[in-house]
Amino acid sequence: MKRELPLFMTAVIGLFMIVSFFVPHQWVSVPADFLQASAIIVVAFGYVLGGANVLRVNLDAIGKRERDWPYKVVLLVSLIATVAIGAVEGRGFLNPGMKSRWIYDQLYAPMSATMFALLAFFIASAAFRAFRIRTVEAALLAVAALLVMLGRVPVGNLMTGFLPEWAQLGSVQDWIMNWPQNAAKRAILIGAALGVMATGLRVILGIERSFLGGED
Amino acid sequence: MFALGLLLSAPAAAQDGADAGAAIPQVAPPSGLVWQDLPNDAGRAIRLEWKASPDDASGAGAVRGYRIERAESPAGPWALVDSVLAGITSRVDQTVRRDREYFYRVVAITPEGLVPALSVTGPAIARSQWINGERWSILVFTVLFFAFVLYYIASAQAGKKPFVRRIPGIDAIEEAIGRATEMGRSVLYVPGINDIDEIQTVAGLVILESVARITARYETPIKVPVTYPIPFTIAEEMVKSGYLNAGKPDQYDPDSVRFVSPEQFAYVAAVTGIMLRDKPAAHIFMGAFYAESLLLAETGFSTGAIQVAGTANVHQLPFFVVACDYTLIGEELYAASAYLSGEPKLVGSLKGADLIKIVIIGVIVLGCALETAGVTGLTTWMRSQ
Repeated sequence: MKRELPLFMTAVIGLFMIVSFFVPHQWVSVPADFLQASAIIVVAFGYVLGGANVLRVNLDAIGKRERDWPYKVVLLVSLIATVAIGAVEGRGFLNPGMKSRWIYDQLYAPMSATMFALLAFFIASAAFRAFRIRTVEAALLAVAALLVMLGRVPVGNLMTGFLPEWAQLGSVQDWIMNWPQNAAKRAILIGAALGVMATGLRVILGIERSFLGGED
Repeated sequence: MFALGLLLSAPAAAQDGADAGAAIPQVAPPSGLVWQDLPNDAGRAIRLEWKASPDDASGAGAVRGYRIERAESPAGPWALVDSVLAGITSRVDQTVRRDREYFYRVVAITPEGLVPALSVTGPAIARSQWINGERWSILVFTVLFFAFVLYYIASAQAGKKPFVRRIPGIDAIEEAIGRATEMGRSVLYVPGINDIDEIQTVAGLVILESVARITARYETPIKVPVTYPIPFTIAEEMVKSGYLNAGKPDQYDPDSVRFVSPEQFAYVAAVTGIMLRDKPAAHIFMGAFYAESLLLAETGFSTGAIQVAGTANVHQLPFFVVACDYTLIGEELYAASAYLSGEPKLVGSLKGADLIKIVIIGVIVLGCALETAGVTGLTTWMRSQ
């Protein structure tokens, strides 16, 4: 029963949600909307579990004086302070002048931007490796990338401005992006969409049941 | 389903809202207001279209916009539903209640004031539909797909195990874990950064069970940092289940699955920190990834770990291909759990997907041929929303 009931509920609700995609009538759409809205309640309980895990793992590490434990103290103090200030400020905690807003603007946003900015350096190092021409495929990739990059900046058109329009870099990069690139991308997307349906069907039919934990 | 417009004289409409006490400007009002019950919905919207005022010429400025007003009887009282800028001649009213009669009128807004409506349309009624007529093609393909999958699952159950091609990226997962075991280091598993409503996260978590089973068999520690609370609880179950299925439940470490943060770059900071501090020998990325894909994969590359990635996010695939040793592309991510488990029923579902792919390719070729010949019926039928 411990396994059969969740499997039964998964199947019934899963099939109902599929039906709701095709049937807009209120007898179907209203319960379907309700089910989707109910997920928020489940998520809210999930955050309690998540928060408890963060506290347990980090308090344990601090207690055992594991390597870099002072950073965990910083993490816990930040977590508790942010939650406490947000709770005290209540609704509108992100309005201008609120402390939560200050934390967001002065601490969170700059730190996120810093992490994101690192991407520029990683793209440079990854591109360096990607464009090393060691095989025919790598050569094709490098040439296509060069044409697209040059075709998307003014200097590319300037270099090839004397050629007929179809041979200018702007037109060449358009062709690469609209035809070979799009064809490959759509093939991947169609395959992935079918994979999504197959995975969904396996879960709904109870064939994929590892998420229930343990063996039969 | 167009209603007849009830023509009323302008002075008769002088009750409230639009025309209360205002001098009537010398601008022609909009006309030809018609309504249509928006199809394929649960009776929640009515589409309105009208002809613009003849003075609503581009740039002239005689008409600034239009007020759409609604009442439950042709005589009012009228309530403002919405307003639009000059030049716009249609609007969808999404504030209606199904099966209730409404009357509409459109009033022009001019610099001098409001021009009373010339016509009222109604009664407009929004009704609920049983079938979304724009999704017939999807319904047919879905039914066909389900039929194929069920057929292959049934034939697999009957003992006919289907052939599945080798997927090097999935084979490499065991190799990566083996390497981590030899080096005495841990395995890092990242199930993407989306919540459980993203099917890629579901696929990533299902693969996690197989990965945890292998790490349990090799007695190699696994670390699973998770972004959202629901995937976190499921990931805990998956890892626990993997250890249980490997016959080593006592080796399960409750700290192996950690809730980190739903914030994208906070999560990146935490995971790259684990990579640099703990130096896991194998990094496995399976799920939905965005801008963080390269941050994670490049940091992992710099540590010398063997890396296997899988995602259906097309824009992140190039980054994984460059920075990882093996990459599962698109559908391979969804096939991985069936491939790893080797269970005939799961493998059978892959064959069903392959067969529908052949059908889709056939339909695409047929559609191209018909379009070339000027026959657009198939393309129109396939178009959906």
